[in-house]
Amino acid sequence: MADYYNDEDLPRFGDMGKNAPELWKKFESWYGAVFAEGALTAREKSLIALAVSHAVQCPYCIDSYTQDCLEKGSNLDQMTEAVHVASAVRGGASLVHGLQMRNVAEKLSM
Amino acid sequence: MATAIGSLRSRQHELASTHAQLRVLNAPVSRHQPFDDKLAESGLHPLTATGIETFQINVGKLCNQTCRHCHVDAGPDRKEIMTRETMELCLEALARTDIPTVDITGGAPELNPHFRWLLTEVKKLGRHVIDRCNLSVLLLPSQRGMAEFLAENQVEVVASLPYFIAARTDAQRGEGVFDKSIEALRLLNSLGYGKPESGLTLNLVYNPTGAFLPPPQATVEADFKRELLDRYGVVFNSLYAITNLPISRFLEFLLETNNYDRYMARLIQAYNLRAAAGVMCRNTISVGWQGTLYDCDFNQMLDLPVSGESPAHIRDFAAGALESRRIVTGQHCYGCTAGAGSSCGGATV
Repeated sequence: MADYYNDEDLPRFGDMGKNAPELWKKFESWYGAVFAEGALTAREKSLIALAVSHAVQCPYCIDSYTQDCLEKGSNLDQMTEAVHVASAVRGGASLVHGLQMRNVAEKLSM
Repeated sequence: MATAIGSLRSRQHELASTHAQLRVLNAPVSRHQPFDDKLAESGLHPLTATGIETFQINVGKLCNQTCRHCHVDAGPDRKEIMTRETMELCLEALARTDIPTVDITGGAPELNPHFRWLLTEVKKLGRHVIDRCNLSVLLLPSQRGMAEFLAENQVEVVASLPYFIAARTDAQRGEGVFDKSIEALRLLNSLGYGKPESGLTLNLVYNPTGAFLPPPQATVEADFKRELLDRYGVVFNSLYAITNLPISRFLEFLLETNNYDRYMARLIQAYNLRAAAGVMCRNTISVGWQGTLYDCDFNQMLDLPVSGESPAHIRDFAAGALESRRIVTGQHCYGCTAGAGSSCGGATV
């Protein structure tokens, strides 16, 4: 296989319903409800999704939610800040584990 | 993103030919269902007019700007403009009807030397007049007093401003256009345009600065109101969110950036039955600079005149025969039926 990720696959996401239609239907219905206007606006949810897409490093999701954020009226300044939020949490998550390192080191050391 | 360096015509670009544009639009692609089939699935085929509420006159392709997305392929090099004789035919046709709104567009319509005369005569007929203004034209030395003239005649100004951030507007409309647009908006505000109870309506047009659909109109209007007031002290009445149709220079952009297939798929995916039922061509007639009649300004730019059985030229205008005419449709029409719909007055749903 030349490429694991192929942009032509994105519109074929629905093929995942082929062997499990009931599960796919539930996923679609739940997914749609999650992103509907609620206590958070659809624009806010799209920015969160963009940030999470970077955190989970899913190129399909980054593609989708970049377009979706633009279509929800977010601009590149806002979208860039959202990616920084994801990056900061990822970076912080690594750094905070340094406390485990310190705990172990302290335990092992005189 | 670089700005276009001139009209397709001036660059002798293949897409300057409407035949070439239609070849691209009509090329069979499995994912791009024919628009007429989609209409048929919706029970709307053949699409027909429901009356004429708006009489849109395109007074020519001449413009002081060369915007990257322009569906007219307008620019300073385009000298095709409506003559006074053709305008007289428009006025004669209008006088025989009670069509309430006359929408004057271009190019930059103000650059037609007969613009003021036309506007004055339309006002004498008691019709509401809209000027589709690119804003920067109001600052040209040749247009001194134009803003005041529009105000004196209570003309509704519909002005293009794709975004409230300079870089994004200039990427589409040309270097320095944003600053000029703000200066022109301040001029219009100083005359009362956009201010409550002035009776002078100033509406803005947002259109996406790329290959994506516009955001919900109310959302982006709120953004523009807040940001233009905070940053520049500019006020306006309403904002129209308009989708870019895949023709002319926007089609060039889509093809050059390898976005065409994806954009068409997006428009088709977002097809909305309610938007299709409410497309503007159903209550509009569009007159070209040579007097030819079209269903809309987009069909005009693709050289797709009204269907064969309808009067073809303004000299033969007959409201009765046009009010229920069959609308000429094509793949580009997906631009007006996607999402919340798109028209010269913004979203339709």
